[in-house]
Amino acid sequence: MKALTHGLLTSVFLTAATLTPVGSMAEPTATGDLGLVIERAIGSVLLVDQSDRAALARIEGLGDLSHASLVYSPDERFAYVFGRDGGLTKVDIVKREIANRVVQAGNAIGGAISDDGTLVAVSNYEPGGVRIFDSVTLEMVLDIPTDSKTIGLVDAPGRRFVFTMWDTGETWIADLSGDDPKITKIKDMGENPYDALITANGRTYITGLFGEDGLTALDLWSDNPEPIRVLPGYGRGQQEMPVYKMPHLEGWAHTGDEFVLPAVGHHEILWVDAKSLTETGRTKTYGQPVFAMARPDGRQVWVNFAHPLNDTIQVVDTVTKEIIHEFKPGPAVLHMEFTPRGHEVWISVRDAGKVMIYDTHTFEKLHEIEADSPSGIFFTARAHRTGL
Amino acid sequence: MVNRRKNTPGTAGQRPTAPPGGRFTPPRGRSLPSVLMAMLIATPALANDAPDLVELKRLVHQDCGSCHGLTLKGGLGPDIRPQTIEHYDPDVLTGVILDGIEGTAMPPWRPLITEEEAIWIADYLLKGE
Repeated sequence: MKALTHGLLTSVFLTAATLTPVGSMAEPTATGDLGLVIERAIGSVLLVDQSDRAALARIEGLGDLSHASLVYSPDERFAYVFGRDGGLTKVDIVKREIANRVVQAGNAIGGAISDDGTLVAVSNYEPGGVRIFDSVTLEMVLDIPTDSKTIGLVDAPGRRFVFTMWDTGETWIADLSGDDPKITKIKDMGENPYDALITANGRTYITGLFGEDGLTALDLWSDNPEPIRVLPGYGRGQQEMPVYKMPHLEGWAHTGDEFVLPAVGHHEILWVDAKSLTETGRTKTYGQPVFAMARPDGRQVWVNFAHPLNDTIQVVDTVTKEIIHEFKPGPAVLHMEFTPRGHEVWISVRDAGKVMIYDTHTFEKLHEIEADSPSGIFFTARAHRTGL
Repeated sequence: MVNRRKNTPGTAGQRPTAPPGGRFTPPRGRSLPSVLMAMLIATPALANDAPDLVELKRLVHQDCGSCHGLTLKGGLGPDIRPQTIEHYDPDVLTGVILDGIEGTAMPPWRPLITEEEAIWIADYLLKGE
């Protein structure tokens, strides 16, 4: 018995000796409740802790982040930040430093990461197209010029990326699952698509149109996806209003049976049946919606608005489609991010220089965090969601 | 248009600054609206005559910047930096700002700003900082 214990101890000791000494890892960092906030004017990101409702570190040197977004690696350690100036920056949120950075184009708009986490794609205005990079090295593996400002880039299951052209109204599907990339081009998506979304199951891609009233969907489960018109002429008979900020569709709202989408040039949100893609209702809103985002359980949709009405948020109940709460967090509300279970929402209020945290059940303000001109807020739970 | 394909040298290993604490000062604009409001109430005549330059610059970079980029180098909308638009007549630019361009994403700003403010913005865009 004694000999056995001794033998066990020895083997434990030997095993331990081959691993990293515990002492050198000062404090292991769990990233599951962390997030990054874009500080758009000074080119930095603020690392935040959801549970502690606190900022942990500021990571600087990311270039022009005036219209920036990011995606996470599957292990929630790295963020790939897409800057307006074409910068693609890989941020290590465990070490709290920039791991790598390339300037891959002159003017970029957003990006996506493949389902297997090996490829990062960026959509560019100048030169128009999509460029795809190795997520480890940031070396370019594929350049897809489109001769158009390219928007609405999302990842789709099967190592695919889907994106759409503002100038030509085409959507392309790039399939990188095989040895040679395959590109499928779909024409006639509509006039001036401005953004797009993909549903969480990766089946439906919807692009919003600026040049005409309506949206266009694709069924990505189909062998030959064809454009499906959604709500054509939704603003017919109404006075079109000037659009001072393009809505975003990335923070799409899927309430279970319905999508909720911002109208363009009208002060309303549109409800669409998720199966038939036909209209199921409209809700008049305070201003031109920018984001209409569903709380993760789908019970509420939170809406913010374009300049000059961008100090206000309205909360819509998805059962009654009625506005149940309205409040003014402060000047220039740019973005909202729910905690993964939806108990809190974090809101960036650019001109107040704060991220404000609200309870989504009581609407009570819980806390605020100082940030320099905050815009996008991204929690690491996005790592495990298609299209985010 | 310049086709920038090159990868610039990385800035790998750059350290973050200290965690946010007392040393972060809030952006200057934070208390501005209340100050402005007080000024507007106190001196309406002055407010009418002189566009508020701080607010107008903010409008240009933040709100025009929604499409033209924070640095005005372009986005969904075109580059509107001085070197790009220098051949435009100031009156034409003022008209574009006030009434937009039909058939494009450029909206009319007349509902939100005065003619004086549009003239100032056109001049500011042509001259730069």
